[in-house]
Amino acid sequence: MALLEIKNLHAEIEGKEILKGINLTVNAGEVHAIMGPNGSGKSTLCHVLGGREGYEVTQGTITFDGHDLLEMETEERAIAGMLLGFQHPVEIPGVKNIYLLKEALNAKREAQGLDEVDTFTFMKQVRELVASMDMDDAFLHRGVNAGFSGGEKKRNEILQMLLLEPKLALLDETDSGLDIDALKVVSEGINRMRGEERGIILVTHYQRLLNYVEPDFVHVLYKGKIIKSGDKTLAHRLEAEGYQEILEEAS
Amino acid sequence: MTETQELEQLVQREYKYGFTTDIEQEIIPPGLDEDVVRMISAKKNEPEFMLDWRLSAFRHWQTMTEPEWAHVHYPKIDYQALSYYAAPKSQEELDADAPESLDEVDPKLLETYEKLGIPLHERAVLAGVKGANVAVDAVFDSVSVTTTFKDKLAEAGVIFCSFSEAVENHPELIKKYLGTVVPKGDNYFAALNSAVFSDGSFVYVPKGVKCPMELSTYFRINAKNTGQFERTLIIAEEGASVSYLEGCTAPQRDENQLHAAVVELVALDDAEIKYSTVQNWYPGDEEGKGGIYNFVTKRGDARGDRSKITWTQVEAGSAITWKYPSCILRGDDSVGEFYSVAVGNNYQQIDSGTKMIHLGKRTRSTIVSKGISAGRAENAYRGLVHIGKTATDARNFTQCDSLLIGDKCGAHTFPYVEAKNSTAQIEHEATTSKVSDDQMFYLRSRGLSEEDAMNMVVNGFCKDVFNELPMEFAVEAQALLAVSLEGSVG
Ligand SMILES: Nc1ncnc2c1ncn2[C@@H]1O[C@H](COP(=O)(O)OP(=O)(O)OP(=O)(O)O)[C@@H](O)[C@H]1O
Ligand SMILES: [Mg+2]
Repeated sequence: MALLEIKNLHAEIEGKEILKGINLTVNAGEVHAIMGPNGSGKSTLCHVLGGREGYEVTQGTITFDGHDLLEMETEERAIAGMLLGFQHPVEIPGVKNIYLLKEALNAKREAQGLDEVDTFTFMKQVRELVASMDMDDAFLHRGVNAGFSGGEKKRNEILQMLLLEPKLALLDETDSGLDIDALKVVSEGINRMRGEERGIILVTHYQRLLNYVEPDFVHVLYKGKIIKSGDKTLAHRLEAEGYQEILEEAS
Repeated sequence: MTETQELEQLVQREYKYGFTTDIEQEIIPPGLDEDVVRMISAKKNEPEFMLDWRLSAFRHWQTMTEPEWAHVHYPKIDYQALSYYAAPKSQEELDADAPESLDEVDPKLLETYEKLGIPLHERAVLAGVKGANVAVDAVFDSVSVTTTFKDKLAEAGVIFCSFSEAVENHPELIKKYLGTVVPKGDNYFAALNSAVFSDGSFVYVPKGVKCPMELSTYFRINAKNTGQFERTLIIAEEGASVSYLEGCTAPQRDENQLHAAVVELVALDDAEIKYSTVQNWYPGDEEGKGGIYNFVTKRGDARGDRSKITWTQVEAGSAITWKYPSCILRGDDSVGEFYSVAVGNNYQQIDSGTKMIHLGKRTRSTIVSKGISAGRAENAYRGLVHIGKTATDARNFTQCDSLLIGDKCGAHTFPYVEAKNSTAQIEHEATTSKVSDDQMFYLRSRGLSEEDAMNMVVNGFCKDVFNELPMEFAVEAQALLAVSLEGSVG
């Protein structure tokens, strides 16, 4: 059974159709890259998968790990093992990063019938993850994303992913705004998540992320549809030729 | 349903403390004249000077008109329709003194406080259940039910008792300090309070003593159609320090009820008073019916050099709140602080803030105000920073933040500054923000329920103020906020 199966997905926002019949299957163990010009609907797809209010799914189905995803609230999707890494992580002043991490982990544990994580184990785990992301412990005690630089926000998203160990990670342009070293750190984090039981979707504009995290599949999203899919060589082609030729080919 | 509508639904609160205690009460008939004032004074066995003081306040009040400048709206209050004294019968029979031991307290009252989660059993408290190291004065309608840990406090020289007891046992202190911070004719509601106040708490911390426990008073309005007029006086002598907290609740009733309290604080040289409030009077229902009118005058006099007064308040209840805890910074190098969280939901109206009156040299004040509005609530911050001619090198910092939940509520700020000394340094920062859909989606996508997500954002917004509350009450305040913003999802 596929981990994620999207069939003929149509979605609109404020009466405007953005997704126009998306089909996508992600199996456990696979890494998919979604590329496509600005405004083609990549973030919209992520938000619809995350269950954000305001988007109306007019047609199609989505199953995730055996669940009918469209019947689930955002937090239920998270608890079922989906993690959305945001293109623009929002600031939540006054809420300590460490507090959110703990609450998020406990929400998941509670759903699994586990006790709250004990503080000692938790701190030890978090400190290790923070170090692995080349972040300073001080980040844990700052407000969530508050005053973080663009790159710091993205590292923080990966940190959350590493802690929550989702079945499916949907990373929307996690590589944008990263310096060269940070790109490496983030990529290493993503590679650590890679595994038999997990699926990863990377939304990206650039080949450089895919040099570190080699995708099994690459899809081109254009005007709300996946117009071409292929293996990692498709990304190389895009990098070399740009979108024009592929768009013409597809139409 | 849009996220905004859902948020609004989410904040529909349920009031947990709306129950009524069915207890036989002595309530004097409605109406207010000199005889009523005399009657209250007589019930309390007050000395002549107190009666005179009340009467002169009453005569002054009669010449005054109700203020209308606040950003609140309510039908005219008929002061003749209210009753000015209500006491549980069982309490009334034990003379004017509060009962000596809990065995004398009506079990129904004990049960009431138990339901409210207020620890009145010293043994239980000492056993470390809830409220360890907190002494409590419990005021039920017009009278004090009991005060815990009096003996332990007395050993340290601290007097903590009901106001009535203080008038009886320490008249010299009352004579010396009563009305010296809030004069009896200060404003309409303060004058009314001065004439008819029934009970409240009295704290005296002698020279050099650090009060060994947190002190707290728990106010409960129970009777119908009565006003509650309590009066609190706290004195910290040279080098003394004390931390005091008040909590308040009332039953759910359709009629509005008036609560007009006066609090006076006096801090002498090097003394420190920390006064915290968790106010949770019944706010009225979703349609704006019922609820407490909370018209309160609170003022601290930092009379001595290097003295410090801190007001911390979490205002969650009441239909209307009209309240400006203030500091008169009279002593040189004295410090005044005001930390406030005010939450308004449904049809609640809040006009609150502070006044910092700088008179001494190098006086410093800090104001941090966090206003949260949901439903159709109107939340106004009104603050005055006055730097007098004599206050050289005075400094003030004001931070005033508003958080809106939904789009039918309002937030307003009225900061006034009067600087009569050019050496003053005054800083003011203000922000208005919304609990955004982005924030809610972000937190929910991490597995938090809608309620938890909202509480997290709101608590984050209030953090600077919660940090100022005594540890134990900070937890209570967070829980209160969660309840205030709690409701039916989806
Ligand atoms: N609230 C909205 N109302 C109307 N149109 C919207 C709304 N939100 C997004 N859109 C439109 O939907 C389209 C897809 O946007 P989306 O953010 O999904 O693109 P994207 O592929 O992620 O682009 P980028 O590469 O720039 O991140 C855009 O044309 C955008 O303007
Ligand atoms: Mg995007």
